[in-house]
Amino acid sequence: MLFLIIKRILLGLITLFIVSLITFVGTEILPGDACTTYLERQAFGEQLEACYNRLGLNVPAYERYVSWALNAIQGDFGYSLSGEMPIKDVLGPKIKNSLVLASAAILIGIPIALILGIVTALWRDRLPDVAISTVTIFAMTIPEFISATLLILIVAIWLEWLPGIVIVPTDVTFFELLPNIILPVIAIAMIMTAHMARMVRSSVIQVMASDYVQMAILKGVPYWKMVFKHVLPNALLPAINVVALTIAWLLGGVVVTEVVFNYPGLGRLVIESISNRDLPVVQALALILASIYVSINLLADLMTLMLNPRLKTLQIRK
Amino acid sequence: MFEIIQNVKNLSIGFRSKKGEEILILKNISTNIKKGETVGIVGESGSGKSTLALAMMGYVKHGLYTIGGKCEFNSSNLLTMNSRELEKIRGRKIAMIPQNAGQALTPNLKIGYQIDEALQLHSNLNKQQRDEKISELLNKVRLPSPDTIALRYPHELSGGQQQRVAVAMALAGKPDLLLLDEPTTGLDVTTQAHVLELLKFIAKDTGTSMVYVSHDLGAIAQVSDRIIVMYSGEIVLEGPSRSILKKPIHPYTFGLLKSIPKLSLAGLPESMPGSQPQPGSISRGCSFYDRCNFSSDKCKNNSPDLEYLEDLKTSIKCFNYKNLMNDNEVNQNVKKINTNSQDKEILTLSEVSISYAKQKLLDQVFNKITDDNPTVKDININIKKGETIALVGESGSGKSTILKSIAGLLRTKDGIITFDQNRQLPSDLKLRNPNELRIIQLIFQNPDESLNPNHTVEEIISQPLKLYFGLKGEELKKNIIELLEKVRLGEFYMSRYPRQLSGGEKQRVAVARAFAAKPDIILCDEVTSALDVSVQAAVLNLLQQLKEDFGTTYIFVSHDLAVVRAISDRVAVLYQGRLCEVGPSKDVYQFPSHPYTEVLLGAVLEPDPDIKPKLVAEDIVEEKPPKKGCSFQGRCSRIVGDICKNEIPPWQLTTSGNSIRCHIPLKELQKAQII
Amino acid sequence: MKTNNITEEGKKSSFSKVLEVLKTMASKPSGFIGLSILVFHITLALISPYIAPYDYKAIDPAMMLSAPSSEFWFGTDDLGRDVFTRTILGGRTALTVTFFGSLIALLWGGLLGIFCGLVGGKIDDVVMRVVDAFLSIPWILAMLLIVSLLGTTTEVLIPALGFFYGKGIVRVARAATHDVIAKDFIVSARARGHSNFSIMWNEIIPNVRDAILVEGAMRWSWMLLGFSSLSFLGFGVSPPTPDWGLMISNGRGLMSFAYWSVIAPIVGLSSLIIGINLTADAFAKALGIDRATKAPV
Repeated sequence: MLFLIIKRILLGLITLFIVSLITFVGTEILPGDACTTYLERQAFGEQLEACYNRLGLNVPAYERYVSWALNAIQGDFGYSLSGEMPIKDVLGPKIKNSLVLASAAILIGIPIALILGIVTALWRDRLPDVAISTVTIFAMTIPEFISATLLILIVAIWLEWLPGIVIVPTDVTFFELLPNIILPVIAIAMIMTAHMARMVRSSVIQVMASDYVQMAILKGVPYWKMVFKHVLPNALLPAINVVALTIAWLLGGVVVTEVVFNYPGLGRLVIESISNRDLPVVQALALILASIYVSINLLADLMTLMLNPRLKTLQIRK
Repeated sequence: MFEIIQNVKNLSIGFRSKKGEEILILKNISTNIKKGETVGIVGESGSGKSTLALAMMGYVKHGLYTIGGKCEFNSSNLLTMNSRELEKIRGRKIAMIPQNAGQALTPNLKIGYQIDEALQLHSNLNKQQRDEKISELLNKVRLPSPDTIALRYPHELSGGQQQRVAVAMALAGKPDLLLLDEPTTGLDVTTQAHVLELLKFIAKDTGTSMVYVSHDLGAIAQVSDRIIVMYSGEIVLEGPSRSILKKPIHPYTFGLLKSIPKLSLAGLPESMPGSQPQPGSISRGCSFYDRCNFSSDKCKNNSPDLEYLEDLKTSIKCFNYKNLMNDNEVNQNVKKINTNSQDKEILTLSEVSISYAKQKLLDQVFNKITDDNPTVKDININIKKGETIALVGESGSGKSTILKSIAGLLRTKDGIITFDQNRQLPSDLKLRNPNELRIIQLIFQNPDESLNPNHTVEEIISQPLKLYFGLKGEELKKNIIELLEKVRLGEFYMSRYPRQLSGGEKQRVAVARAFAAKPDIILCDEVTSALDVSVQAAVLNLLQQLKEDFGTTYIFVSHDLAVVRAISDRVAVLYQGRLCEVGPSKDVYQFPSHPYTEVLLGAVLEPDPDIKPKLVAEDIVEEKPPKKGCSFQGRCSRIVGDICKNEIPPWQLTTSGNSIRCHIPLKELQKAQII
Repeated sequence: MKTNNITEEGKKSSFSKVLEVLKTMASKPSGFIGLSILVFHITLALISPYIAPYDYKAIDPAMMLSAPSSEFWFGTDDLGRDVFTRTILGGRTALTVTFFGSLIALLWGGLLGIFCGLVGGKIDDVVMRVVDAFLSIPWILAMLLIVSLLGTTTEVLIPALGFFYGKGIVRVARAATHDVIAKDFIVSARARGHSNFSIMWNEIIPNVRDAILVEGAMRWSWMLLGFSSLSFLGFGVSPPTPDWGLMISNGRGLMSFAYWSVIAPIVGLSSLIIGINLTADAFAKALGIDRATKAPV
């Protein structure tokens, strides 16, 4: 058991190491470097030299990788090209705002997905299932920028219920942010919720067809007791990992949605830094987003380990 | 007269096919179960026996529906009850013991909880009383240390233990009727005999009525008072157990009993032609007409009704049963197998050991132990050209493992495999040359898995022909047709896919594929276990015929001692990957025997109510072979002392050429515990 | 009677197999709707250059942001271009790019996955680690980086999308291969001494093909979602090429008084994605594969 946990953590770290290599090499092999890109036409002579010195680009690539990686571990990603501010300070508040958005979407999405998935599975092929399944297919397929745009058009412009565009400074308090995030959260949560609901549905249906559920029925266990004791724990266990993957996928949706709503989070930073070819920022973003992805998956793995009796008992008897 | 507790009247259950036709699984079934009796329902897969048993609990599987008739329990129809009424009957009045308890126990709930749940639902006991009751129930099903078992999860128990838990769970509600759906199928022979013994005890002890559903006439014969024989969704014969097994008057039962190999008879039993029709196949006549040896013209277009014969207390669905009544007991005509075993050795295993232990990461880091206790150890067997040698043993005995390493699929740890006395076969498949690969072919247990579902029969059989002989075009086709004819399948099978064939036909294709390579040795891995009883004998006969035609050598792995008795010249008995006994079959099946052989033979269930299994050893499941001493020490009831625990027993040779590996002197072994 | 009821079924040509799958797909309402939408969009993409009433890049300042009328069915945009013309042309790039992108994804993802499943061991471990690492970089970041540095031509977009959406197929193909490889018919082929290539070609591919195709169909709809998001962010096709994502992005700022310039492309894009999705769903069902258990990565 402990061995398994350590193994999972090590594998996560290895993944992060490979990600750091990929982003570093990826930005390295592309034509031009940070300085030529940034300085554009003035990229020659002293100015270029100064830029190289400032960014430490005049040492061999592997040395730069090592020092970059070592600093990154301590949260120091160096300086952004454009703002000449430490990347850490640029990112900090934006990450916080994006996390607020993402966690709100997750906290709302997961319970709704669970309920919809279970309801559709238990009422399989009957009205609630057909209705909800049709809606989830639509919700699942419409891109975030379309649902966001439509939400703005309908709720903000035509009905004028909520603000459509978020116009607040980066460092607002949570409560000032609240009315602004309702629409973005809905847009983000839609796809994710629909995906998870379908996943939960099929998992529950699978378990409902199992021998042990038939046995529980034949034992005379009342329906709802059977659902909660025999079906759900076994159906939701394999769902944990898929939910984790869906959540990680949501990060992409967050970027797009933030752009639509002009939300002061990572989304706009991603677009800006890439448009400006601000490579140090891009590297930092890639690493941070990948770490979030890896940690969510690690968490899901650990949860599965804790809850699965097959793995849980390893620790007791071996 | 006994009181009737379950009454099935004109029950028909079916489903609607994709084309919208109504397809019947059960056709107009009427029967009843009386208080205190045990009724056996026997039939092949697809005969509707499980559907009938489930209907007796008012349960119809998803996708099926009741077309007509009723199942009355204490005079109320279960099939029209609402779920609340059913909850009060299920588990309390009627309980089910499922086929595969491993899958029928909820994986996330502890054993104790699952039994407690039944008690909460069906008794008025308080918490403390229930805890006592759980221990009592687990004790009753003879599980060791009930208190610790209650705290375990299902996956932590062995198959036999899981089955016992299922029995305990069923008994928790003190039901009047117990339904058992193949409760011992999938268990090892000795475990099966023990569970059956327990069930018989419970029937007697509690006076519960039982319905025992099985494909295995051997198990049915041991437990039931009355037998219902089902074929293609219909009851074809129903009557007292003894008369049905001793004097079956229905052609199907008659043929079936003749085709089952018996422990007491060497040689191949007669086989039954064809296979059970698929549900939905249309026939106006008797469903058994195509396979019947007693049929008349009348049977072709008219379906007989179930007729009750007062004097025999038997119901029968046949026009011509009188032709069978004159016969005495089923006389089994067996065909003696011609042994064309020659003195020349074709394959020699010397000192073969095989290890499954992988060098895990943890081992690599901390302690680099090489496996000193391999799964299979010290195997020495000389296989003669043209003989059929059987490897027998329960699961975990290493019989299939040895087969795999002969085929080169599993590398040996130590030892040498020699072909034709002088050519050493490389242990790794990749190092064998095409000829060395060709001479050894495999036939697998389950033809569903051993034939590629996306290939036609033609493509399947052509593979070895192309690979080894480079055949093409007309010649290839000619060879395929020849092979198909050899396995009694016509040319028109060439374009079929495996899913369009019955189990027996699939296995014939697998046999044809093996023979296509013109091999010297064929490894048969449980080749009849996945087949229906009525088809087994036909496949065995085919294998024997082909062997006589081609002079092939068979290495035949099976857990079924009766099948082994029928087909093999020599038998090797394995326990925990170590040989216990090797010798000519007639001697292995007689005394003196190794204590383990004795246990195995004692546990065999014969379809004869007069032959009872004899249980010698406990059915303990050992996970690993002992590090030193005799491999069977953990279960042996004849241990002579510490010598069994510390020293590997010597080989003792009997006068008839049987080798037994035991510390007990031959004279002592002669005095068998069971006779 | 034996098994006469199945004699007429025999080996079928692959064409009739495809027809049969299509028939099964169309037999359910959702599959029928999906297929119809897809066929409609493909036909539209093929014929739209010939039926378009106006030039898609013709700017007419006098007709800026005019509401739908008999002259301009869907109105005009901020440059006075006909929204109807731009809408019926707007799916061509998206369809082409994502279709070929999916093919690339299918090929490299499928083959690498089967290879990893077959060889197993250390090679498999290393490849899967790298694939995992790629999976953990959010696709949008990676895609944006690539197109911003290499440009937004279709020659860049197709392989880039193909690469990013193929890594998920690797996992599916590998898992399907693992399922098949334990079966006895593979063991049987190995014991006979067939080469790895022959086993892969004859035994494995026919049995994992369906699972990979279904996965590819799913990728197609997700790739469309990704591609249009890129366009929307301004990293897809470049103006003045008509593209739904781009049109929505342009019209968004003005939608409080000219909603028609966003509604038309929204309907176009949404219907195509739903069409592909319903088709992929029906395809999976027709082949007997449950697709709902997969995560969209």
